[in-house]
Amino acid sequence: MTDTLAPTDRKPAHAPFFGGALGPGPAWLQSLRQKARGRLDEIGFPTTDQEEWRFTNVAPLLQWPLHPAEPASRRIGPADIEPFRLAGDGYCLVFVNGRFRPELSTLPRPGAHVQAGSLRAQWNGGAPEWEKHLARHAGCDSNFFTALNTASFEDGAFVFAPPNAAVGQPVQLLYLAASDRPGAAVHPRNLIVADGGSSLKVIETYASLTEAPHLTNAVTELALGPGAHVEHGKLQNENERAFHIATVQAVQGADSHWLSHSIATGARLARNQIQTLLNARGAEAVLNGLYLARGEQLTDHHTLIDHAQPHCQSHEFYYGILAGRSHGVFNGKILVRQDAQKTNAKQTNRNLVLSESALIDTKPQLEIFADDVKCTHGATVGQLNAEALFYLRSRGIGAALARRMLVRAFANDAVERVTLAPARERLEKLLTEWFEGLDFPLSSHD
Amino acid sequence: MLEIRNLSAGVGGRQILKGLDLSVQAGEVHAIMGPNGSGKSTLAQVLAGRADYEVTSGSVTFNGASLLELKPEERARAGVFLAFQYPVEIPGVNSTVFLKAALNECRKARGEQELDAVEFLAVVKKKTALLELDPALLNRAVNEGFSGGEKKRNEIFQMAVLEPRLAILDETDSGLDIDALKIVSAGVNKLRRPDNATLVITHYQRLLNYIVPDRVHVLVRGQIVKSGGKELALELEERGYDWILEDPASNGKP
Repeated sequence: MTDTLAPTDRKPAHAPFFGGALGPGPAWLQSLRQKARGRLDEIGFPTTDQEEWRFTNVAPLLQWPLHPAEPASRRIGPADIEPFRLAGDGYCLVFVNGRFRPELSTLPRPGAHVQAGSLRAQWNGGAPEWEKHLARHAGCDSNFFTALNTASFEDGAFVFAPPNAAVGQPVQLLYLAASDRPGAAVHPRNLIVADGGSSLKVIETYASLTEAPHLTNAVTELALGPGAHVEHGKLQNENERAFHIATVQAVQGADSHWLSHSIATGARLARNQIQTLLNARGAEAVLNGLYLARGEQLTDHHTLIDHAQPHCQSHEFYYGILAGRSHGVFNGKILVRQDAQKTNAKQTNRNLVLSESALIDTKPQLEIFADDVKCTHGATVGQLNAEALFYLRSRGIGAALARRMLVRAFANDAVERVTLAPARERLEKLLTEWFEGLDFPLSSHD
Repeated sequence: MLEIRNLSAGVGGRQILKGLDLSVQAGEVHAIMGPNGSGKSTLAQVLAGRADYEVTSGSVTFNGASLLELKPEERARAGVFLAFQYPVEIPGVNSTVFLKAALNECRKARGEQELDAVEFLAVVKKKTALLELDPALLNRAVNEGFSGGEKKRNEIFQMAVLEPRLAILDETDSGLDIDALKIVSAGVNKLRRPDNATLVITHYQRLLNYIVPDRVHVLVRGQIVKSGGKELALELEERGYDWILEDPASNGKP
C-alpha cells in the first residue's frame, strides 16, 4: 500500500500533470473533478510494481516537461484532415490538439436523428443525458489516467442517439495532435449515449500531424439503452514517439448489442483499456481487437467484460502482430458475478510473432462466481506457417510478398468484423501501409 | 529437360535419397513408383526447393540451369510445378488473389504481359471448366474447407493456369474417387504438350491407366533400381515391390 512508501518530501503524483489543474464546467462537474483529483495521489503514478502495469512502464512519459497542448503552431486546413477522414457521407468532429474545430467538422443539422457536437457546447443547460452519464461510468477509483482525465479534460465529443433513432451516417471523432514542442498533453473526453432501441456507429481516430512526442490520455464512456445497437471503433495510429493511453467504458442495458473495435498500430507506448458492464439481461458484447507493433513499440490492451446480470453474452477476439523489438501485452479479464447465470463468454487471443526479439505477454483472467455459465478462453503465440509460406513460394510468389500475404491473412478476421465499410476501407489502407513498411529479416532458408 | 545426377538428400540428418539418377525429355511422361518410405515425396520436395531437405551431393539441371541453386519461387517461375500430396489450407489468403499474383509472377519471368483482373478471370473460367471445378471455390481462402478431392483438383487447376514446363504430381491420385481421378487425369492429358513434361509420383498403378507414362521407374531406398515401359507398372501392380528387391538384374542402375 502507498503508506509504506510515502516519504515526506514526495511530490504529489499529479505534479507532472500541471499540478492536476481542473478543467472547466458546471458545478456538478467541478465536484466530480475534485473527487477525481483527490484520487490521483492515493492511486499514485503507475509503476511496474502494480499488477495492472506489470509489463507496461509509463515512467518514460515523464522525461519531457508535460504541458497542456497549445493551439496548433500552423494553420490546419481541410487538406490536413482529408487523409484521416472516413470516406462517404458521415459526420466528422475534428479536434486539433484537443480543441474542437467546427469549421473543419461535418456536423448533423439541428433536428437530425443524432446529436453530435463538442462537450463544451453542453456546459450550460445541455441535454439531460449528458449530466446523467458524463463521468458516471468510467471508474476513477483505481485508474490513475482515467482520474487524471476526469479532473483535467478540456473538451471532447458528445454523441447522442434519441430513443429508436436509426442513425444511418457514422460519426467520426477525429483527434489530431499537431504540436512541435515535445510533451504536449491532451485529455480527450467522449460521451456516447444510444438511447433505447437506437442504432449508432461511432469511429474514434487518433493520429499525429507532427513527429514530436506527445501524450493522449483519452476516456470514452458509452451508455447503451435497452435494445440499442452500437458499433464503436477506435483507430489509433499516432506517431511512434507518442504515448497513448485510453479507456473505453461501455454500460449496456437489456438486449443491447455493442460491437467494439480497438485497432492500435501507432504510438511508442499504447495502453488501451476496453471495458464493458453487461448490466441487464440479454446484453451482448463483441470485442474485436487488432494490435500491430514494430521497432521499439509497446502495445498493451487490458480488457474487462463484467457480466453483472444473467443471460448475457460476450465474444472477444484480440489479434496481435509483433515485429522488430516490439512488446505486446494482452490481459483479458472476464468477470462473471454471482447473479450472472447463463452467461456465455468466449475469449480468443492470437499472436503472430515475426522476429526473435519481439515479445508478447498474454494473460486471460477469468473470475467466475456463478455456477451455470459457459466460459472459454484460449491464447496462442505463433510464427508464420512454414508450410503455407513454401506453398505460396512454390507457385512463384516471392518470399517477401508471400510473408506479407500471410501476415495480412492473419489480420483478416479482425478486418472482416468491422461492418462499417468506410472504416474497413480505412483499416485496409492502414494495414497495407504498415505491412509494406515491415522489414522481414530473411532467414538462411531464403 | 530434367537431368538428375547422383542426387543424395535427406531431412533432419536422415539420408533418404542415395545417389538418384533420372533423365526426362520434353514431351515425356515419367512415372516414379515405389513402396512407402522409398523417397518418392522427398524427391518431389527437393525438386520444388523445400528448405527442410538438405541436398548432400549430386546435381539437378533443368533446361540447362542448375535447379538446386534456385529459390522455390525462382523454380516456379522457371516452370517447375509441384502438385502437393497434401495441399495446405491458407486461411485469409483469397484463392483468386493468390493465383493471380502467382500467374503474373510466372508471366513476368517468361517475358509476358501481366494479366489484368478481366483477362485473368477469362483464364480462370476456361481452366475451371477443364477440371470441372466449381468456380465458386475460388472465392474462398486457398484450399480452406475444400474436400480432399477438391484440393487435388485445385492443384491440377493451378497447374493448368500456370502452364509449367515440368509438372510433378505427388500422389495426386491418393484420396480421389474414380470419377475425380478421371477428371484430373483428363485435365493432365489435355495439358500435355511437346514442350512440357510430367513426373507422376504414385504408389499405385491405377492412375497410370489414365495418364499413360512413357517410362516407369521404381524407387527403392533412395535409388532408382529398375526402369521400363508402361508395362512395368502393371507388373508391379501384380507382383508388388518385393520381387524387385530380390531381382539381381535390378541391383545396379537402370
